[in-house]
Amino acid sequence: MKARFVRVAEAGRPTFDIEIDGRVTQAAEGDTLMVSLLAVQDALRDCEFDDGRRAGFCLMGACQDCWVWTAQGERLRACTTPAAPGMSIVTRNALAGDGLWPRARN
Amino acid sequence: MASRAELKVIVIGAGPAGVRAAQALVAAGLRPVVVDEGRRDGGQIYRRQPEGFTRSYETLYGTEAARAAALHRDFDALRAQIDYLPDTLVWNVTPNTVHLASGACYRELAFDALIVCSGATDRLMPVPGWHLAGAYSLGGAQVALKSQGCAIGARTVMMGTGPLLYLVAAQYVKAGATVSAVLDTSTFGQRVRALPDLLQMPATLRKGFALLRVLREAGVPVHRGVTPLAIEGTAEHGVTSVRAKLADGRELRVECDAVALGYHLRSETQIADLAGCAFQFDPAARQWLPEIDQDGRSSAAGVYLAGDGARVRGADAAERAGRLAALAALQDLGAVANTTPDAQAETARLRGELARYTRFARGLRNAFPWPAQFAAALPDHTVVCRCEAITAGELRRVVHETGATEANRAKAFSRVGMGRCQGRFCAHAGAEVIAAEARVPLEQVGRLRGQAPVKPLTMALSASADDRAETHAAHNARCAKEYSE
Repeated sequence: MKARFVRVAEAGRPTFDIEIDGRVTQAAEGDTLMVSLLAVQDALRDCEFDDGRRAGFCLMGACQDCWVWTAQGERLRACTTPAAPGMSIVTRNALAGDGLWPRARN
Repeated sequence: MASRAELKVIVIGAGPAGVRAAQALVAAGLRPVVVDEGRRDGGQIYRRQPEGFTRSYETLYGTEAARAAALHRDFDALRAQIDYLPDTLVWNVTPNTVHLASGACYRELAFDALIVCSGATDRLMPVPGWHLAGAYSLGGAQVALKSQGCAIGARTVMMGTGPLLYLVAAQYVKAGATVSAVLDTSTFGQRVRALPDLLQMPATLRKGFALLRVLREAGVPVHRGVTPLAIEGTAEHGVTSVRAKLADGRELRVECDAVALGYHLRSETQIADLAGCAFQFDPAARQWLPEIDQDGRSSAAGVYLAGDGARVRGADAAERAGRLAALAALQDLGAVANTTPDAQAETARLRGELARYTRFARGLRNAFPWPAQFAAALPDHTVVCRCEAITAGELRRVVHETGATEANRAKAFSRVGMGRCQGRFCAHAGAEVIAAEARVPLEQVGRLRGQAPVKPLTMALSASADDRAETHAAHNARCAKEYSE
């Protein structure tokens, strides 16, 4: 899948594995979760109110457009959450297990 | 009177205004609490990159490198003399109490004085397609670069107006990112007419010209007097192009995979609102702002407002306003006698400097005006509320069918402003759509009331044991447990 963000500086940082929709990929130390995700794919989540994908908007914790869910069902704001080793993120509602937001909670 | 060390003063925000306020309080012998949403100090403008990143101050902040370095250095020197709560949201203010959340940890702090330095976010006017993946705020595009070393796309169009439009475009060019076009809705004539005010700050004006030179030398097409028509793309993969009408009437289409949008900035005023500060309508800026006196006193006793969160005047003004607000608070608390010739001279000097920044800010507002006229022209299918994908047509239908022309009533019926951004990115444009449709003055539409929590809070606590590196959930669970013990 095509990446959305382009890394233009701070290359060569140590990397670690995270999982996105069941796929293992690499995040770099110091990445926000948003950057780790958008450096390998073009969106963060499905919109609950239309059929589109969303990829965040303000990057400063104001718009809440970058919410993602962990495989455990925890909601994270991707722009202010540091990526951490072992994170498993679900960016598609269709892949989210029963009981995961937004179907069972809001 | 309580001794100075016992006075409880809370500063919200660790940007230029908050840091200078804290510094003045410490100098007077107080130990303030500094609460900041960021993981590190500096605010948005002087945002510090994560530990381990290696770019220089010159690379990160350009002509403002020395100012950024000074602010960071001074804050570092304060750390032992303040109670610093980073990564912490003030989600409500009740009389003499702030309510804090950090992850899933909640606490309350009482205050004798509160200095709110809440900063600003981009002011947005919708355009068809701005909800597509790949459309970002200009401020967001800048954060991606400054804080994370990323461009928001391989080919980015910068669209809107304001100093940030040119600053971010030039920063992208310098970082080696591709800027496919800069589309400015304001005109050269507006710039010329604003010159007398802009000449208040000739050095800043020269920095603006230098940005233009960077873009020209890089061959970035810059168009002025543009009318945005649409951001085009697909629901699945996002932005593919931007369409705009040029000043000469021709239509331009630019292929791109990202768009950065913004029309200057808007103050973050929710905390002032919850603290009970009175607001007034500023007809020139077409927005409601909290009332402040020349030193930053709000209408609410013990509540002071400084920096871009009170009036968008930029970082240099914010440093002065933060200091001035702290001096006012100290004086009102009886902690300092502001009667010495030195103190009076400093206050007079700061007030005078702020007056020049205020005039310069008026110049910027006139040079890069908020395009209120676009609201009435938005096609009905344009999304106004990005959170819940509510269109201009739906908002207009509500105005017609219910007669709701007051902002909060229209919000109740249409849900525009009720989404998770709580109106930050739709309220100004939404009010313009309502005013145009109902043919009433904007002032009559009023403003959305601030609601607590000012941002969504984490409600779920996961207590599951976890042997990985501490995740947010584990941190929250541990923190909640510690807090209850």
